[in-house]
Amino acid sequence: MKYIIAIIQPDRLDEVLARLLEKEIHLVTVSNVVGRGRQKGIAEVYRSHREAGTLLKKVKLEIAVNDEFVKPAMEAIVEKARTGQTGDGKIFVFDMQECLRIRTGETGSVAIG
Amino acid sequence: MRLAGHRMWIFMVAIGLSPAALWAGDSVSMSTSTGAAPGINGADTVWVLLSAALVMLMTPGLAFFYGGLVRRKNVLSILMQCFMMLSVISLQWVFCGYSLSFGPDLVGIIGSLDWVGLKNVGMEASSYAPTVPHTAFVIFQMMFAVITPALIIGAFAERMRFAAFVVFSLLWTTLVYDPVTHWVWGQGGFLGSGGMGAVDFAGGIVVHVNAGMAALAAVIVLGKRKGFPDAISPPHNLPVAVLGAGLLWFGWFGFNAGSALAANNVAVNAFLCTHIAGAAAGLTWSILDWVKFGKPTTLGMITGAVAGLAAVTPGAGYVAPSGAIWIGLLSGIICWLAVTALKAKYQYDDSLDAFGVHGIGGIWGTIAVGIWATRSVNPAGVSGLFYGNPMQLWIQCKAVGITMVYSFVMSLVLFKVIDFVIGLRVKEHEEAIGLDLTQHREAGYTVLD
Repeated sequence: MKYIIAIIQPDRLDEVLARLLEKEIHLVTVSNVVGRGRQKGIAEVYRSHREAGTLLKKVKLEIAVNDEFVKPAMEAIVEKARTGQTGDGKIFVFDMQECLRIRTGETGSVAIG
Repeated sequence: MRLAGHRMWIFMVAIGLSPAALWAGDSVSMSTSTGAAPGINGADTVWVLLSAALVMLMTPGLAFFYGGLVRRKNVLSILMQCFMMLSVISLQWVFCGYSLSFGPDLVGIIGSLDWVGLKNVGMEASSYAPTVPHTAFVIFQMMFAVITPALIIGAFAERMRFAAFVVFSLLWTTLVYDPVTHWVWGQGGFLGSGGMGAVDFAGGIVVHVNAGMAALAAVIVLGKRKGFPDAISPPHNLPVAVLGAGLLWFGWFGFNAGSALAANNVAVNAFLCTHIAGAAAGLTWSILDWVKFGKPTTLGMITGAVAGLAAVTPGAGYVAPSGAIWIGLLSGIICWLAVTALKAKYQYDDSLDAFGVHGIGGIWGTIAVGIWATRSVNPAGVSGLFYGNPMQLWIQCKAVGITMVYSFVMSLVLFKVIDFVIGLRVKEHEEAIGLDLTQHREAGYTVLD
């Protein structure tokens, strides 16, 4: 079992979610986040005061998958989130120790789907 | 050396209520007749009352304008301060403010206490507005008294103790706003028709210069917000600020056109001048932003519009539309420079540019009356430099200078005294947490449902 965290451009979200669904990856948690990377920020200007590079808006996806879905999930995200520009984001993959479905109490691989 | 909270409230109530003791001889002529007194014009009265309602709306408008510009954690503190002005100053106005401002003159400096508690103020017309019930004039002017201390909030936003704010605003209105109003608008006031002959149609001196200089004093006494200038987050809700600016613009028609105190040609001219000066200044500010920073900003647009509206306030009923466009256009440039260059150079934290926009805009606009005023617009008014009367320009400058000095010095003293007695600024950790939670035990926005 793996836990995938992907940080992507906000405007790529819909297409990434659709592609994940096509690959039968249903479980996903999405949040709005701000952060910074090599892209730095766009300097905003308020009443002529130029802000030093602000944090940029991104979207964070969290996906728990069984091992055989790791590759399809990463492919789906890369395929739809890549624009070739700086700031397209990152994918992080972690080993996941346990998963429990609260409704039934099932644990492990069966609980993910 | 700080008074406990409850003792401070007792002190404030004492200030507020002292005139109430003089309220015994209440002459309510409104109970004697349901019809209008002789000489009262219905249309004029409707216009003045509606204008009063429009000006009232400017204070909530200002609250949203300022509220959108602060950080999330301080939005309620701004709204609360503005609304508290609606309560406190309205009552102060009835108790003593109106009498000190407009009451029978005492040596050109202040109104007497003859009209305390609105004693001797009834439904007959006054010399201030000969076709409108005196009480309608009181209501109209009340809204000006409310918004003027509220304008100063922009200077000390995000770091002033609420109690100190209330005490300051009450004392400032009584000791600064009321006398200056008398000097300029009161019968016999030494700056206005009773003396020097300076003109101020709707409050360039009384409201904007006055509040702007108090704002500057606030900035000097209170100092910068922690993190200013580079670690202060940008405005937390610009759409709300735009809504506020829109309400201000809308209310300004009552502020300026209502100051004709009649439904007449001067009101129509003031209405038009108000609108186009705001328009010209908003456009100017946008273009300056565009040229200097590469993009026209929303905040620049609304700031410019407010600067233009403030600048045209003293002249709306004295200048022709062509003059109003120049006043607006130049106010856009002058205030933009004040906010961009002056503030950057001296690094003072006029948080929401109360001085840069209202102070500078008011100073410019009041001087500009001496340039563009023409009797062809308002036979009861004056002519300025471009219409054959250069003296008026000098008179306007003197009046502005006197008001600037008085308001600045008095405000400085008031802030220092209040700082000494009860403390002006919130503690450092309170500033970090935000005024909403620490001053009001509320949050403007919830994170979870």
